[in-house]
Amino acid sequence: MPAVSMAHALNQALRDAIGADDGVVVFGEDVGELGGVFRVTDGLASSFGEDRCFDTPLAEAGIVGFAVGMAMAGYRPVVEMQFDAFSYPALEQIVSHVAKTRNRTRGAVTLPMVIRIPFAGGIGGVEHHCDASEAFFAHTPGLKVVTPSSASDAYSLLREAIDDPDPVVFLEPKKLYWTKEELTLPASTEGFGRAVVRRSGRDATLLAYGPSVPVAMESAAAAASEGWDVEVVDLRTLVPLDDETMTASVRRTGRCVVLQEAQGFAGVGAEIASRVQERCFHSLHAPVLRVSGFDVPYPPPKAEHVHLPGVDRVLDAIARLQWDDAPDTTWVPEQRELAGGKA
Amino acid sequence: MSTQVSAAAVADRLLPSASPVRLLDDATPAGYARDYAMPSEQRLRSAYRAMVIGRRFDTQATALTKQGKLAVYPSSRGQEACQIAAAASLRDDDWLFPTYRDTMSLVSRGLDPIEVLTLLRGTWHCGYDSQATKTAPQCTPLATQSLHAVGLAHGQARKGRDSVALAMLGDGATSEGDFHEALNFAAVFRAPVVFLVQNNGWAISVPLAKQSAAPTLAHKGVGYGVPAEQVDGNDVAAMTSVLDTAVEHARSGGGPFLIEAHTYRLEAHTNADDATRYREDTEVEQWRGRDPLERAERYLRARGCLGDEDVRGFAEEAEEFAGSVRARMQQEPEVAPLEIFEHVFGELTPQLQEQRAQVVAEQAAEAMSEEDR
Repeated sequence: MPAVSMAHALNQALRDAIGADDGVVVFGEDVGELGGVFRVTDGLASSFGEDRCFDTPLAEAGIVGFAVGMAMAGYRPVVEMQFDAFSYPALEQIVSHVAKTRNRTRGAVTLPMVIRIPFAGGIGGVEHHCDASEAFFAHTPGLKVVTPSSASDAYSLLREAIDDPDPVVFLEPKKLYWTKEELTLPASTEGFGRAVVRRSGRDATLLAYGPSVPVAMESAAAAASEGWDVEVVDLRTLVPLDDETMTASVRRTGRCVVLQEAQGFAGVGAEIASRVQERCFHSLHAPVLRVSGFDVPYPPPKAEHVHLPGVDRVLDAIARLQWDDAPDTTWVPEQRELAGGKA
Repeated sequence: MSTQVSAAAVADRLLPSASPVRLLDDATPAGYARDYAMPSEQRLRSAYRAMVIGRRFDTQATALTKQGKLAVYPSSRGQEACQIAAAASLRDDDWLFPTYRDTMSLVSRGLDPIEVLTLLRGTWHCGYDSQATKTAPQCTPLATQSLHAVGLAHGQARKGRDSVALAMLGDGATSEGDFHEALNFAAVFRAPVVFLVQNNGWAISVPLAKQSAAPTLAHKGVGYGVPAEQVDGNDVAAMTSVLDTAVEHARSGGGPFLIEAHTYRLEAHTNADDATRYREDTEVEQWRGRDPLERAERYLRARGCLGDEDVRGFAEEAEEFAGSVRARMQQEPEVAPLEIFEHVFGELTPQLQEQRAQVVAEQAAEAMSEEDR
């Protein structure tokens, strides 16, 4: 099987979607000739013509608002926001119209559109290029929010997003664009609303999504050498959220860490931790812990490693799941050594 | 790809006339970039009739607000010429993208007034079928709908249809970024869209002088390559003729067109606003002297196309219309509580299913306790 990068899988998904449905149109800033700054739309304009993949003026509200009108005219627009923070000028369009049009019109007008956003950091980008904005979108009723962590999921979820009758904010982890997977396309993975157990374990559950999934997998591998058998669940779609898979896992393991790259305060991880706590309280041996970025604006490239939660921080959290021995503070710097194995 | 455009060509193609196009009372002075024909007497007669009905509807809706039947109502009294001409300029398959103040246009377009009032009544956000009526929900954020109009117009054109989209805006909306992005997108894509700015002098309490330093709002088209015109918005003949021109320009592949209508809202921003805090009565009185209905009536009477009997007849018709709105609004509006879950997504998410079940349980408990009483 060939090794396929996530960027290539996304490109192939767009190709296949354009080929399968005359209504699919791809547009945004630099998506045409250039193929997008991450090359996700590479070659689409030349393969399918400027009718199907075209550049627009540089204006995010314009791109999204224009897509709303195109969708009203019967198209399935797939637009690109280029970088997370560049989507903010379009937030009013996304929140007030993209999310609400089905609702406002009592279902008479639906917006089957996808807003693709290169998502989160870890690539050494300068300011405004690495935000993790999933909470804004997940907090907005009417938007589906999807973030793949592998090339096969990227392909399958993007195809599903384009076919979906509702607007989808599709968050593409930038730092995973070039990670490869042995894969033959087209790929068909689990659908929206299904979380997937990426690694099974008995002692604790690590819930992660998008760019944090590889960190979770690495952490679980490291924890194994310390005697912890950690299960990793990839949430894949934040809206709709798979409560069932995550609660089933936590009930089994009795311990849970939620991992996200975004700042923690009022984030998606807080929602997940709260849901797990409500549903699994009697199975829990320790409080549900969160590992996240700090509540700071995304730091400059040379300092992003301070902010981004890595394996060490996850292992610290796993160690604190011991709980009988753990002090009841949320962060104890000296407790860095993993507490060798679950009691 | 770009072609050099001479200053003369810019003036010819893009610059609005030096003063608003006016066809009633004072004829448009010579030297206009574009010629505007006086609409037929038949059309003006039906426009007059529609304005009479529109105004009566507006006063009825205002009264319903005072009776607590509507949460709020933004009157467009004084703007009848803009409202009626806008609706009349469109074919059934053209799309209208109205603001919250354009209720009169929607009613004039033939939408059921009760369905139109749903938003303000508070039973749902949009009571009419947008798809069937080709009328977008009345937009409360400013200028956002103008981008939808551009996208839709472009989409329709790509499908080979010759329908047009008309986006209505107020003067305040021209300060919003989305207005500028919409003009730019429309020009770049040559979208068949008409932007109609009803400049009624005030964005709630902020006068135009504090809103824009441009010579006119119509001049804003120049920078985007969008031809524009300014019109006397209280002159239904001028409004009709310029809208006809703009719609035809868009329909025939000429791309977008921007119209600034100089008009005035005689009432406050909404019933919740106190207009005496920011504007002088003398200003309001001055505009009462330019009443769009009176001007149309004078013109039609002078030509013998309108007599006392017609005026009486139209007034009766308007009264009947208002009476039926009033009667239908007396019924307690029905809301279906569970409907709030139905139009979030095509399918309920598991979380929404749980929440819906919670409301079902709450309703059952409520019904039980009522039975106990």
